[in-house]
Amino acid sequence: MTPDFMNAPAHYFHAGFILISVANLIVIVLMVLVFILAVLLPFPGGRKTER
Amino acid sequence: MMARKKLYYRNVRMAPYDLVKEFLVATAVVLVLVLIFSLVLSSPDEPPVTIQGVAQASPQTFVQTTLDSLDGNSPVAGYGPPYNHGTGSVQTIGPVSLQKLIGVHIPVDTAQSFVLGPLTQAAAMNPALKAQLTQFNAASAPKQAAWEDAYGKALAKAKETPPTIAIPACVCGPVAPMMAALLQMGQSGAMDGLLLTSGHFYQTDYTRPLLFMQNNAVAAKAANFNLLGSTWGVMNETGNYPGQAWLWLYTMLYQIPPYTTAWAANTDALAILTVTILTLILMFLPWIPGLNRLPRYLKVYRLIWKDYYREQRDAPPTQPKSEQAKPPVEA
Amino acid sequence: MSLTRSVQQKLSATLPYEELLPYEQPAYVHSYVYLFGIATLASFILLIVSGIVLAAFGPQWWHFSTVGHFLNSTHYWSVQAFFFFMVVHLWATFFQGAWRDGRGLTWVVGVMTFLASILTAFTGYISQQNFDAQWIAVQGKDALNAVGVGAFFNVLNFGQMYGYHIFILPLVVGALISAHLLLVRMRGVVRPYDDAMADEVRS
Repeated sequence: MTPDFMNAPAHYFHAGFILISVANLIVIVLMVLVFILAVLLPFPGGRKTER
Repeated sequence: MMARKKLYYRNVRMAPYDLVKEFLVATAVVLVLVLIFSLVLSSPDEPPVTIQGVAQASPQTFVQTTLDSLDGNSPVAGYGPPYNHGTGSVQTIGPVSLQKLIGVHIPVDTAQSFVLGPLTQAAAMNPALKAQLTQFNAASAPKQAAWEDAYGKALAKAKETPPTIAIPACVCGPVAPMMAALLQMGQSGAMDGLLLTSGHFYQTDYTRPLLFMQNNAVAAKAANFNLLGSTWGVMNETGNYPGQAWLWLYTMLYQIPPYTTAWAANTDALAILTVTILTLILMFLPWIPGLNRLPRYLKVYRLIWKDYYREQRDAPPTQPKSEQAKPPVEA
Repeated sequence: MSLTRSVQQKLSATLPYEELLPYEQPAYVHSYVYLFGIATLASFILLIVSGIVLAAFGPQWWHFSTVGHFLNSTHYWSVQAFFFFMVVHLWATFFQGAWRDGRGLTWVVGVMTFLASILTAFTGYISQQNFDAQWIAVQGKDALNAVGVGAFFNVLNFGQMYGYHIFILPLVVGALISAHLLLVRMRGVVRPYDDAMADEVRS
């Protein structure tokens, strides 16, 4: 039930002394992206409501 | 609202906020995400390495490991505290070695634990082996070393066709039949059990079998998965799964000078020391002058609170200016 | 003197009942940036629930049972979610300078939660009873031995690590999260930096 591609040999991103698995890289990029989106996206019902 | 908070939040527009609903929605969203990921991607479960597996797949590796354990050439034999009084893996921070200060707490004598102990147990049912063991134990240390040395040279010329291995004849006394017996025990799975026993009925401690296998089988398989410490392995997981990405800072130290150069002999101790210091800085950031004002200079907060600042700018001043300019500060 | 009475008075002074669950917040809390803390808490609850089921069936069950493997998957992805949200929460509170105005202790407890969580995850990886567990144990031991900790915290001892993972450390993390939440509720969220408005008006 585990998809084959998840258990295949890992892919790596290599730049200088930095070597990171693509899976970890995706997680880190997602974290940055989610943070940026959280800052920029308007929150539903949050603006200029009752004063 | 408490008076204290009322004072703190003056000039701040308050709005209804449903914390309970927020919690329930957050839990539902995270639950759905976790279920989707679990269903689609499952989770890694690479089977463990066993001594039996090593002995069958590579008898030469197995016999070499046992010989090293017997003659004291294995890294574990000369490791040092907490296993024994070796010096091979003792690290220091400046002049201090915490490792040595704390001393031996989990005694491991590789010759006894990994070779002679298991053979003694097997000898109970094998009179020939019992005689060989008696001969080995009665011999002088130089004699034992000569046998081991001769056997090592023969082993280097061995031809293996797993699961069998052909070792050229040698003048090595009882060592050859002892090693052959141990290989049989390894291939039958008996070694996996014998290394676990420690005079207790219940077993939960895998120190000995893991130390026995660590330098060959486990490390070789780890290298295949790119899990070695020298390749950021602490962060990595088997297969294409994300691992402990949050250890990036710690594992990064193992890739850069001076940890890889001048400090290489004490990398572990110095990496831990560094991370401890950095962690303390993070923890006490609120009181570190300069650093505690860093977010103010980075100005990301202007984006985070952009609606608040816009509102404050657009709002007609409702309070006397003097009060607005001075934010209330709690002790 | 009644100790009960003085404790009760002290409690209601520092954290009155209505402050535990206020239904009003500063308007600037209406932002996605303020959701990462609660998402971390939600992940923690999923971790505890999936962890209880895994512990109830014993450490070997999930290797042989399809249901067990699925439970392990939810536990695994909950860990990823937990750290994901906790780290983004850490970034958010850092950029807000959220330790200001007497909130230093809240920050300290938050960092301690992060550390205890790393240790909990580490012992969890070691408790998996698979190759990953073997490797992380033999590799991790050298660092712990190098600073003398390995003598008492033996990562090669499954029983000891399992005890830490399913009892001692979750208790510590749970206590730290509770303290963190209480501190947040006691003091409320931090005010935005005050000089920014002035700067913006000037520019």
